[in-house]
Amino acid sequence: MKIIVCIKQVPDTSEVRINPETNTLIREGVPSIINPFDLHAIEAGLQIKDKTGGKVTALTMGPPQAENALREAISMGADEAVLLTDRAFAGSDTWATAYTLAAAIKKLGADIIFCGKQAIDGDTAQVGPETAEFLNIPHIAYVRKIEKIQDGYLRVQRLMDDGYDIVESSLPVLLTVVKELNTPRLPSIKGKIAAKKAVIKKMGHSEIEADENNLGLKGSPTQVKNIFAPPKKSGRTMLEGTPEEQVNTLAEALRRAKCL
Amino acid sequence: MFIIVKPDKCTGCGNCVASCPYEAIDIASGIAFINEYCQLCKACMPVCPEGAIVEVDDSSQMTVDSLQFTDYKGMWVFAEQREGKAASVSYELLGIGRKLSDELGTELSAVLFGADDSEAGELIRWGADKVYLCSEPLLTKFNDDIYSELLSRLIRKYKPEIVLAGATTIGRSFIPRVAARLKTGLTADCTSLEIDKETKNLLQIRPAFGGNIMATILCPNRRPQMATVRPRVMKKGEHDAGKTGEIIHIEAANLISSTKVIDTIKEVSELTVNLHEANIIVAGGRGLGDVKGFKLLEELAGVMGGAIGASRAAVDEGWISYSHQVGQTGKTVCPKIYFACGISGAVQHLVGMQSSDIIIAINKNPDAPIFNVATFGIVGDLYKVIPLMIKKIKEAKGL
Repeated sequence: MKIIVCIKQVPDTSEVRINPETNTLIREGVPSIINPFDLHAIEAGLQIKDKTGGKVTALTMGPPQAENALREAISMGADEAVLLTDRAFAGSDTWATAYTLAAAIKKLGADIIFCGKQAIDGDTAQVGPETAEFLNIPHIAYVRKIEKIQDGYLRVQRLMDDGYDIVESSLPVLLTVVKELNTPRLPSIKGKIAAKKAVIKKMGHSEIEADENNLGLKGSPTQVKNIFAPPKKSGRTMLEGTPEEQVNTLAEALRRAKCL
Repeated sequence: MFIIVKPDKCTGCGNCVASCPYEAIDIASGIAFINEYCQLCKACMPVCPEGAIVEVDDSSQMTVDSLQFTDYKGMWVFAEQREGKAASVSYELLGIGRKLSDELGTELSAVLFGADDSEAGELIRWGADKVYLCSEPLLTKFNDDIYSELLSRLIRKYKPEIVLAGATTIGRSFIPRVAARLKTGLTADCTSLEIDKETKNLLQIRPAFGGNIMATILCPNRRPQMATVRPRVMKKGEHDAGKTGEIIHIEAANLISSTKVIDTIKEVSELTVNLHEANIIVAGGRGLGDVKGFKLLEELAGVMGGAIGASRAAVDEGWISYSHQVGQTGKTVCPKIYFACGISGAVQHLVGMQSSDIIIAINKNPDAPIFNVATFGIVGDLYKVIPLMIKKIKEAKGL
């Protein structure tokens, strides 16, 4: 079984703060991490390898320093790692990112491709399904349980807004996973040594035989027009007095807001 | 837009290099240079002591080549259904869709799969001029392959200028496939949509970095312009019982799928309705102390007619299932009222609920960060406050 796990290196948004005077991000000293959902994607790939054998390849597109995320994936147990890095990839939106990842996956070959359900910096959840489309293979999003894999097909549980669906798909397939699926393992000592020694394979646009018109800023249908700070919330009211008084004030306010 | 460094002002101090979350600034020949990894977060701008880093708006280059796009007309909304009934986000899309199509002077159409004529008629009464309806039983259950193929076919045939869908589990799963297939842009999870007065482009406004910043996204050179819209953000339009429109019946020939939905399991009890669509959410955190706390919250949710949410801490304690989790690794919600009970308010939680209309926070700790986003804050013991609240609401509602 050939498994590819797509991961993304992201700034830890929980550490991001806004400068209240300038309304811009303060990012000094904030670490880069593997997108939290992608850790579950890595774990999912490793569990299949543990059970049925196979090879797990971690794949990312990004600047040279994204190599750190790939080494972390190897320390968890991934067999190899591929970094798609090329100035031509810069400025990619989800469409161009998915096109690029798919071009690489076509080269590498895979039976199952795992992605986290979304990345915490952009929160779009689009790259997984778009990548599957470019590969012309099915995808199942929001996978919360893998029930079985056999004879060229798999059966999973897909988390829905009001419950879950049991979905079957032929292989190859791309799955995006939610954190309920598993608990990501911590790197082992052996894994950490492997991560240090590992040679990260680097690929650019010519290695993946991509059409340059579909790459980077040029290949991106969407463009960022501007960025601004979210509108501020109007002031809060702390309710004073005894619990009875607090509740009375609240009820009155909710009545005025036509919520009661 | 771009961020650039003015070479005449830059002293090469390197402050900006340290501030950049994407390592997108290099120092070359003694001055800073922003490379192509820039994500436009603007973190570098305020740290520059010389004010040498500036934003350049080049929207002049984003005018639509109008000749190229004359074929594309009309505003479409994808009206998703569950068990044959249009989801409430469908009506919200018609609300914003009506407003934008009136501005553009164009027609508003809804696309409805797996429901019947009476549901289509309801979409017309909520604002649609036309409904493209496919009533094939095959489409009753959501299937990525089949939905993607049918919607792509319709868009290719009828060429709408704009296509909107709900940023729901369904919309976020299959709409990206459609956009990829049609070689067009898609903006996820928009919270506001406007029409640019000059270029007539759709301005797609969405939060990024967990809601810490907002971005306006354009799709200037491809059609249709596509966006998913966060549920419960847009207002429904006007319901006009007398409004009539056209229903166009669509055939679903030659649709094949590599995936198959074997079964659909509902995990919805009376109190755990769909968090994305809930008007009122009563959420609990570690401050509940133990699993019994959720019994109390369920009682409050019951009298308010709300759903139960939870912080990651409460889910990790095993008090409630993951499907209730609100926050960065759970669901993003924006109900009319959000009760945060015994939730301290870690940033990861706040990003999932801070756009709620009214936030009522109850916590023992007066310094809990949840109070920073609260509309109403109560410092106190939730086991004293909530029973009083339930009593009061029952009185108010005459229960």
